[in-house]
Amino acid sequence: MTAPVSNPQALAADDAPPRREIGVWGWARRNLFRTWYDTLLTLCFGWLFYRIVAGLIGWGIVQAGFGTTPKACAGSQGACWAFIGDLWPLFFVGAYPHDARWRPALALLLVVALGLLTLWRRTRTRWLLACWLLAPLPILALIGGSATLGLAAVDSGLWGGLMLTLLLAVVGIVFGFPLGVVLALGRRSRLPVIRALSVGYIELIRGVPLITVLFMASIMLPLFFPSGFNPDKVLRAMIGITLFYAAYMAEVVRGGLQGLARGQEEAAAALGLTYWQTTAFIVLPQALRIVIPPMVGTFIALLKDTSLVAIVGLFDLLGIARTATANPNWLGRIVEAYVFAGIIYWVLCFSMSQASRRLELRFQTRAG
Amino acid sequence: MMRDGRIATGWGLLAMLGAVVAFGAIPASAATTLETIRSRGQMICGVNNELPGFGYVDAQGNYSGFDVDFCRAVGAALGVDVRFRALTPRDRFSALQSGEVDVLSRNTTWTISRDTNLGLDFVATTYYDGQGFMVRKSLGVKSAKELGGASVCLTTGTTTELNLADWFRANGLQYKPVLFEKADDALKAYEAGRCDVHTSDKSQLASLRSAAKNPGEHVLMPEVISKEPLGPLTRHGDNQWADIVRWTVNALITAEELGVTKANVDQVAKSSKNPEVQRLLGTTGSLGKDMGVGADWALKAIKAVGNYGEIYDRNVGPQTKLALERGLNQLWSKGGILFSPPFR
Repeated sequence: MTAPVSNPQALAADDAPPRREIGVWGWARRNLFRTWYDTLLTLCFGWLFYRIVAGLIGWGIVQAGFGTTPKACAGSQGACWAFIGDLWPLFFVGAYPHDARWRPALALLLVVALGLLTLWRRTRTRWLLACWLLAPLPILALIGGSATLGLAAVDSGLWGGLMLTLLLAVVGIVFGFPLGVVLALGRRSRLPVIRALSVGYIELIRGVPLITVLFMASIMLPLFFPSGFNPDKVLRAMIGITLFYAAYMAEVVRGGLQGLARGQEEAAAALGLTYWQTTAFIVLPQALRIVIPPMVGTFIALLKDTSLVAIVGLFDLLGIARTATANPNWLGRIVEAYVFAGIIYWVLCFSMSQASRRLELRFQTRAG
Repeated sequence: MMRDGRIATGWGLLAMLGAVVAFGAIPASAATTLETIRSRGQMICGVNNELPGFGYVDAQGNYSGFDVDFCRAVGAALGVDVRFRALTPRDRFSALQSGEVDVLSRNTTWTISRDTNLGLDFVATTYYDGQGFMVRKSLGVKSAKELGGASVCLTTGTTTELNLADWFRANGLQYKPVLFEKADDALKAYEAGRCDVHTSDKSQLASLRSAAKNPGEHVLMPEVISKEPLGPLTRHGDNQWADIVRWTVNALITAEELGVTKANVDQVAKSSKNPEVQRLLGTTGSLGKDMGVGADWALKAIKAVGNYGEIYDRNVGPQTKLALERGLNQLWSKGGILFSPPFR
């Protein structure tokens, strides 16, 4: 321990480096203006950056029209956010009946509430898990209608917007993931038939684009069925996406399985654990932990690929953007529609990758 | 791995073949479209949901537009609800073929190959359109014949592309096509100056021009290079259903001719002495019953959406943002070619 100093501030001021070497200015000198060509590059890119940002702000805020009527945009050269102000419910629920829009809103509220409770450590209990497992029932009843609750049925052809995007993505993830795990295990199975089926399925699906699978599901399939029997169009797209992404998730999971030291399985076998015990308690918990980052990458790709359903006549977030711009009051507002949809996609994908980072950190600390 | 893949593919194909044989063996159900609709209590109509004025979803989430209103009219004539299904240009025909929709009302051009090859029937023309050209005023072009060597923005996969090639070849002119998947993208490219000319159906050009930043900067060429009769379709072979759709359209045209409107239809039905009005609205005769619907089918249809002129004015007419002139779609008695066979 040092002897007490009578005036620490004065001493600190004497010892401090020169002002021009520290703080923002010092950092800028070191990183942006060290040599003449650094300076040139900084100025060029600074100017470019300024032009882009200034252009965006000018278009998106300064010259933009806000409000809810076309009058708000009269004469403005920038973005017309009044278009979003008027039609935003379309982006969230599509052609869902006007007087029943509170139902998907309530369903969303339910999910958000559960999500918040999950983030809070004290409420993260077994009860919450049960709530999550039961949540699909009230959500589907709210959105699709239920006779027992006295909610009128809403045809899935009217579902749209962000609601449809989320439904497709969540169903794809929830059902595709276990299927992918099964396929990955099947591909490493010692039983030849199971292995052949798994490999065949994975390679077949990975050999065709998602759009082909969706076309098959939505256009070819009805022609094979007897007339009058029409499986729901949304359900067909859900099945198509689930089957397609299961193959990709299988390959991601297989990566985790192969990344696991052989000794783990051998040790489990030495302890006398059966195949299923080994898989459930030794192999999968470790393998799945390894593949969190690529798996979340696949989930994000899935979420964004749901926009392909617009091509088979379902109107997800991106599809509804076009519908909204066909409104005679708001002709030609496609750029605003795309920007708005893009922001929503970004928020969703960014939250997913943040959640994945939290999950990784938690497992790392626990493993360490 | 290669061999395994091939075996699995083989199994998959075999399973698919089995499915086709199994389902193919079941005869298509014998119920007529009308019976199916009655038992379902709903008519399903395939529409466009991204064509301004003709088919779109309004702020309340309801389908609206010119093509949509004709479906509402048929539904009202039958006294059933109408459910709308949004279809893309690609899946519209198979949706009707497979029975997913009962009627397709989605700006579809009536051509001989579509009428004869698809197992579908065009039952009426609700809108007479034709392909035209839009150019920037600053080019100083007066006629499309001066467009030799121009670059043309257009959407691919429609009759537009074929008509354009035919017309330029017929006139011995060169052009550079710039293709886009969506109408909006083609317009944005034209506005950004990537091409000199934008081509599409005239009705669409007018709406696109009104959506442009400065509508006054663009002019439509006088030439119409194709015939585009647009109208509803039904499945081939169900003539009763085709009759119902066709005569509902005719009833709306006749109603305009006779001055029957949404507002006055009830009163006209009670008081009119004109025999044709009485037959149309079912106060005399049995026109509706002969077709398999109620006597007051036309009255209900008019009451739901108004006559042809009202549908036109409300959705695409001069007072709307689209501001399309009636042109060919005026009644035959007023200089157009809209003509309904008599109600007798």
